[in-house]
Amino acid sequence: MKTYVIEVKLNGEWKKAEVTARQTLLEVLRNKFGAKEVKNGCTKGDCGACAVILEGKAVNACLTLALQANGKEVETLKGIGTPENPHPLQVSFVEYGAVQCGFCTAGQIISAKTLLDNNSTPGRNEIRKAVSGNLCRCTGYTKIINAIEGAVLEAKS
Amino acid sequence: MRSSLMGGDKYLTVKSLDEVFKGLKGFEGRAKFVAGGTNVIPDMRAGAVSQELLVDISDLKDLGHISEEKGAVSIGALTTIAEVSSSRIIQKQGPILSSAAGLLGNPLTRNRATVGGNLADASPAADMAPPLLAMEALLLTERPAGKGRKIPIDQFFLSPNKTALEKDEIITRITFPIPKDPSKGSHVKLGLRNAMAISVVSISVMLEMEDKVCMKARVALGSVAPKPIRAYHVEERLEGGEVGQDVIQECSDIVRGEISPISDIRASAEYRKRVSSVLLKRTIQEALKGEKK
Amino acid sequence: MATGRRRKEVRKQALNVKVNGEKHELLIEPNALLINVLRDELALTGTKYGCGIGQCGGCTVLVNGEPVLGCLTLAVAVDGADILTIEGLSKPDRSLDPVQEAFLDHSAIQCGFCTPGMVMMGKDLLNKNPAPSEQEIREHTRGNICRCTGYTSIVRAIKSCSK
Repeated sequence: MKTYVIEVKLNGEWKKAEVTARQTLLEVLRNKFGAKEVKNGCTKGDCGACAVILEGKAVNACLTLALQANGKEVETLKGIGTPENPHPLQVSFVEYGAVQCGFCTAGQIISAKTLLDNNSTPGRNEIRKAVSGNLCRCTGYTKIINAIEGAVLEAKS
Repeated sequence: MRSSLMGGDKYLTVKSLDEVFKGLKGFEGRAKFVAGGTNVIPDMRAGAVSQELLVDISDLKDLGHISEEKGAVSIGALTTIAEVSSSRIIQKQGPILSSAAGLLGNPLTRNRATVGGNLADASPAADMAPPLLAMEALLLTERPAGKGRKIPIDQFFLSPNKTALEKDEIITRITFPIPKDPSKGSHVKLGLRNAMAISVVSISVMLEMEDKVCMKARVALGSVAPKPIRAYHVEERLEGGEVGQDVIQECSDIVRGEISPISDIRASAEYRKRVSSVLLKRTIQEALKGEKK
Repeated sequence: MATGRRRKEVRKQALNVKVNGEKHELLIEPNALLINVLRDELALTGTKYGCGIGQCGGCTVLVNGEPVLGCLTLAVAVDGADILTIEGLSKPDRSLDPVQEAFLDHSAIQCGFCTPGMVMMGKDLLNKNPAPSEQEIREHTRGNICRCTGYTSIVRAIKSCSK
């Protein structure tokens, strides 16, 4: 099988990997770069658990071919916040109880972050629309929306 | 996690149209174009992409622009659905299109999916089809052997996932003439959810009015036939007179004879017939309300 | 000769209870469970039949101020008692008890099935200990199972009522 070498700037650091034509960015992130914070929920773009930021836009990593990310910048949850220095959204998600099993959380925060980057004062409906591609089986969503709203209010003050 | 191994292992990234056709040499008819990948990759996983070569056209920058000139709007085929939805030009000159774009999939897929891809995939439920049909769009293409062509969108869709595109023909631009009053239009999408839904029925209406008289009507529907369609008899009924409640009611009856929905996991054929009638009335009423800004 | 079973005639007996401040005189079978009397005779369906074997806490009501599992209590055993169900917690003007408000504020309700039992136990705790710690709250509600919320929001809701 023919392989290709790609270079991806992952959370600020250039990384190389050998990939095949049909491997997805999700596979490369998790299996080659060890970025296990990017979850594989459905492998077909229906759940949003694999959301990452590619060249500034939130996308499903499972619907991006690895080769399409060649030479590009990718940000995952670990690039957004650390335990020592968490992103306000991460703090908010914990405070509002928006994390139950935690599987959807990384994707939710990626979608929420790109919303707030483009619009620092979204209304509740805009928030709901922004995470409409991220499924959650646990929380009933209210807590997630509250958490994002909470982060917006926190930033305002 | 296994990658989809059925089909070939070759990949080509291109930065210009020339590179596309150069790269296709030796792979004529055995290559699959990949733009956003939001249809192609799920198809791959289902084992339905057996082509030997993937041609990644997502980086063709010159096919990613929206512009307005000479009374028409031009949309590069590789413009993402998100860009169509947020484009000021389209919000002003073709709001039913930006509205439909905002309802496709979800924010994550909208950032990758492209207009060209949505049309080329040619699902009968393709979200971009009804508004572009209602605005009588033209698809500009390029072919390896000779000149490109201009395909009117109402000749583009043939059957589910089958279009008039020839082997290795690629859509480069989609244009539509700016409607006389872009606000006299309306689009509705009925899905089982508010997001991430394949439409059960979608309807686009564009009207050209002279005071109270309808001079031109274009009505398009998705998910109610093997391909996105225009409702020509409805259009005929609307044109040439005032659009009162009685005319609208007649249209809602006429449309039932113009569609041929199937029953699938999302809805029954009978439901689709009934709801098309109801939603057509509402869409026409909404279109009439449109006020030029 | 008659074949088939004939239902034995069961003598009903009187039950006098005060439920949510209202006196009731009912005729019930001796083996009637409290939960069924509340739900079926008095149409107080806020108290939930979750498991029927005393494991889930969904049927929690207060009898003479003490929490009791309605599915494990014979109605006759509470003859003459003062019973409070979830319906009795909200005030006559339909405004909610602070514990109920707290559950709403903290998104502690998802499907809502465990909620009446949780709220009754929360109320019971706060009646006895107006400033419980998180640990005390978790201890007190350990007999109430929730399949949805992961408990955190429920504990926070009750904690927010702590003085």
